[in-house]
Amino acid sequence: MEPERTRKVVVAMSGGVDSSVAAALLAKEGYDVTGMMLRLWSEAGKEDLNRCCTPDAMMLARRVAAKLGIPFYVIDVKEKFREWVVEAFIQGYLAGMTPNPCLVCNRQIRWGLLLQQALSLGAEWLATGHYARIARDEQGRFLLLRALDAAKDQSYVLSVLGQQDLRHTLLPIGNYTKPQVRELARKFGLPVAERSESQDLCFLAGEDYRDFLVRHAPEAMRPGQIVNRRGEVLGEHQGLAFYTIGQRKGLGVASSRPLYVVDKDFRQNLLIVGPLEELGKTTLHAAPVNWVLGEPPAERFRAEVKIRYTATPLSATVIVETPQQVRVEFDQPVRDITPGQRAVFYQGDVVVGGGTIVSASNG
Amino acid sequence: MAWEERVYLDYAATTPVAERVIKVMLPFFESAFGNPSSVHFEGQQAEAALEEARERVARALGAQPREIFFTSGGTESDNLALRGIALAEHQRRGAYRILITPVEHHAVSTTARQLQDVFGFIVDYIPVDSYGRVDPDDLHDLIDSSTALVSIIHANNEIGTLNPIAEIAAICEEKGVPLHTDAVQSVAHLRLDLATLGVSALSIGAHKFYGPKGVGALYVRQGTPILPVQTGGAQERGLRAGTENVPLIVGMAEALEMNLETLDQETQRLRALRDRLIEGVLDAIPRARLTGHPLERLPNHASFAFEHVEANTLLMYLDHAGFACSSGSACKTGNPEPSEVLQAIGFTPQWAMGGLRVTMGRGTTQAHVERFLSILPAVVEKCRVASRVR
Repeated sequence: MEPERTRKVVVAMSGGVDSSVAAALLAKEGYDVTGMMLRLWSEAGKEDLNRCCTPDAMMLARRVAAKLGIPFYVIDVKEKFREWVVEAFIQGYLAGMTPNPCLVCNRQIRWGLLLQQALSLGAEWLATGHYARIARDEQGRFLLLRALDAAKDQSYVLSVLGQQDLRHTLLPIGNYTKPQVRELARKFGLPVAERSESQDLCFLAGEDYRDFLVRHAPEAMRPGQIVNRRGEVLGEHQGLAFYTIGQRKGLGVASSRPLYVVDKDFRQNLLIVGPLEELGKTTLHAAPVNWVLGEPPAERFRAEVKIRYTATPLSATVIVETPQQVRVEFDQPVRDITPGQRAVFYQGDVVVGGGTIVSASNG
Repeated sequence: MAWEERVYLDYAATTPVAERVIKVMLPFFESAFGNPSSVHFEGQQAEAALEEARERVARALGAQPREIFFTSGGTESDNLALRGIALAEHQRRGAYRILITPVEHHAVSTTARQLQDVFGFIVDYIPVDSYGRVDPDDLHDLIDSSTALVSIIHANNEIGTLNPIAEIAAICEEKGVPLHTDAVQSVAHLRLDLATLGVSALSIGAHKFYGPKGVGALYVRQGTPILPVQTGGAQERGLRAGTENVPLIVGMAEALEMNLETLDQETQRLRALRDRLIEGVLDAIPRARLTGHPLERLPNHASFAFEHVEANTLLMYLDHAGFACSSGSACKTGNPEPSEVLQAIGFTPQWAMGGLRVTMGRGTTQAHVERFLSILPAVVEKCRVASRVR
């Protein structure tokens, strides 16, 4: 077997500081590194605004690659991105969900097409600039762990990965903090911009998702009634897709106390609002579920559960109903459980798995 | 990547600067650095070098020194010719039509389009055959008194086809309409005699024949109406303002002469390599076609289309295997479009995505060609598998 350091790795580069430092660390360790950037889909005329692959970002990534002396290629995945990610995003909203397309992109595009491309080029690994770590347990299985820098941890968006993915994945910056990564970029003399870290979706190009939906799924504009739990009509909504669970502003409903979106009745096209206390739910159902080790740790286990990327992990019991389907019972009521988002289960630093939230209830 | 084993097969994109070219340029960066417009001794030295270079370039092309105008390269030469002649002919006789082919280099086609969109000219297209060649008879019928300028590429950069430029020039001459030709590719491989070729204007760029990047020339036959595009001082007889780039101009003259010294042997050698490569590719790879003319093409130029192969992917795999090649539709931004040139000569989009251009030069050996032929079939097959996935 060749010494590890001469073996091939493809780094997914974005022109940002994290993936650039990831590439630099691997190159410095002596890996045979190739940079790749994905050309994702943008609406016609908005190609320059797609955060993930603007011409500026591409030029920066190219300069970083040249500085490191590694080859760099741009991989065109526009069509599949549109078909798999954008279309699922639109269909999710039309079905009353609040989808997270980044997870679909990671699953299908990055650890799908890009990993395939890397392997077919003779690489053994795909590396990215995600803040998360990979370790192996006593049985040699691959564990996905939170980043050392808790504030930057991105293990949530990697909870779609399994053993076959992790076997071929390197996460070089998971052991560093963001300030350390910035420092490394300076030390390596990398020409990366200090870009703002927007959580916006790349293909929205800075636009509100509602405007995007109006253009691409005009059928989402189906007005209906705003009601409370008692069925009293309080106003009219513009279409369920334009509201998010927990939303307070912009409802256009007069009330003596603040009202929040607490639920959507998709069948009757009703937007259900209520006071803050109605927002709390104790139980969520999630499916399909991905188990990082390929199977759940037990039929029923304690975990900390994140219900969206930016949420605080909360104590809960996860009950495995079928291998693909779980019920999560929180110790305390949780607000803003949103169908379409992902529930991710942690035990300590270990990502056990995660699944798409289907519904929330009380008990 | 095994960089030490790299094989460069992209001489149509650019060439390395020859050592003797570098040597003659060096003094003009440092000791003989004067501005040719200056009155003093340093200026006179620079001016002498500049005018000597002009003489040498003119001699190499069979032109008069006063017909050679130095520019920043082939693209600028094309811009100056199109804009300068079109505007002059419009001013002089109200002509407003520009005739080009659908397979011009972007330096010509984009400039023509701007003349149409901004300056009110009308761009007409001369048809080309399935090799990308113009039939001079077609031209005969398309030119009239409203034609300001005809511009036809001499040797196509993407498919290597040579146009019958002398015949075309005779027709333009007869009709009294100026003819410009982009000879950026051909000048590196053909002996040009501008005194007899009959064109009104011709563009060249030094880095295609082992000279430096950033320098070129436009030949403008005496008496051809042309206006400056870049205005300012009176350099280049008022046609191209700006301090002349003396070191690069000297380098271009040296490179042009050097290239001609061994042109005939080199052409013979390259033609044999080219034909071996074409034969090898077409024999070994299914659903492959030669693009451009089989005989009337640049001696160093082989180009192909492969059905269901995406050029970017192909170039990436080739690069990874150590071979630097190119493609008409290749685009570094991952935004592949079918090649305009291949579509213009009748290839469907499923073929036009798969253009491959292999261009050879002084550094190319028989062993390189054989090694290339040994890896290409598997690489093309890999691309076809990849295109089924994507």
